[in-house]
Amino acid sequence: MHSDPAEVKQTIRRYMMVGAALFVGTVITVAANQVHLIVPLAITVALIIATVKGSLVAAVFMHLSHEKKWIYGSLILTVAFFLVLMMLPLLTTADHIGTPIHEPSPTAEAGHEGH
Amino acid sequence: MEIPYTVETRPDTGLHNCKLGIWLFLASEVMLFGALFSTYIILRTGAVEWPHGELNVWLGMANTFILIGSSVTMVMAWASLKLNDFPKHRLYLIATFVLAGIFLVNKYFEYADHITRGELPSHSTFLAIYFTMTGLHGLHIVGGMVVMAYFAGPGAKMWKTKPEQFSNRIEATGLYWHFVDLVWIFLFPVLYLL
Repeated sequence: MHSDPAEVKQTIRRYMMVGAALFVGTVITVAANQVHLIVPLAITVALIIATVKGSLVAAVFMHLSHEKKWIYGSLILTVAFFLVLMMLPLLTTADHIGTPIHEPSPTAEAGHEGH
Repeated sequence: MEIPYTVETRPDTGLHNCKLGIWLFLASEVMLFGALFSTYIILRTGAVEWPHGELNVWLGMANTFILIGSSVTMVMAWASLKLNDFPKHRLYLIATFVLAGIFLVNKYFEYADHITRGELPSHSTFLAIYFTMTGLHGLHIVGGMVVMAYFAGPGAKMWKTKPEQFSNRIEATGLYWHFVDLVWIFLFPVLYLL
């Protein structure tokens, strides 16, 4: 059981390069954190680097750069549902059920108690 | 009755069972960790203040290096099988297992340090989500180690009888392991740096 050795050796070189890129990416992530950027910028930078690193792992180590359409199909569905999950926190801020629309003013309340 | 498509690919999907099965499993894992990341966002955006510098960044960074290294050795274990080099495959698989063990030892020291300082999950929202997410990730590391130990030990017999199927199983193990690495790539900045 073996594949074309020259092709596999070329793939191994790619694995090594991606491994090195992941190490460098980690160093950059920590270095960027040491600069003490403002929180929104720090979150953006860290997540961009993490996304690049994650994409490299998925594309090269997990062979997603050349997979069958059934795998892509199931992953597209997964990504869609994952995005829904990530959007769920928005519902907690957009949810106004149970919140009074018009707060009664204190003077009106005092007047009501007087009767 | 023999199970079909363990080695040969199905004509409709172009995939063998093992490949499609592991990807569907990983899809469910994305949702599992996705739910926790979503919870993290809710807790963090709703918190009045969020602690910084509670965790040891250098230990987290070391663990990131270890997991990336283990991903490289795992993919090399699979590539060695493609080159028909079983001894090298076993060496890389054992190296992956050892690196996973080192990751867990580091995590043990980290947890022990928190616990001795009284920093339990009940101490704060941050520690609760930290222990939940890293604990679940740690369980996945243990699961991967069990599978690797099996294929480096008794499961390796299959290489002599059904090499193609054995190679497919190692590929599936690798896909799982890279996913565990991928989750940590996001956990590290989210918990340790931000």
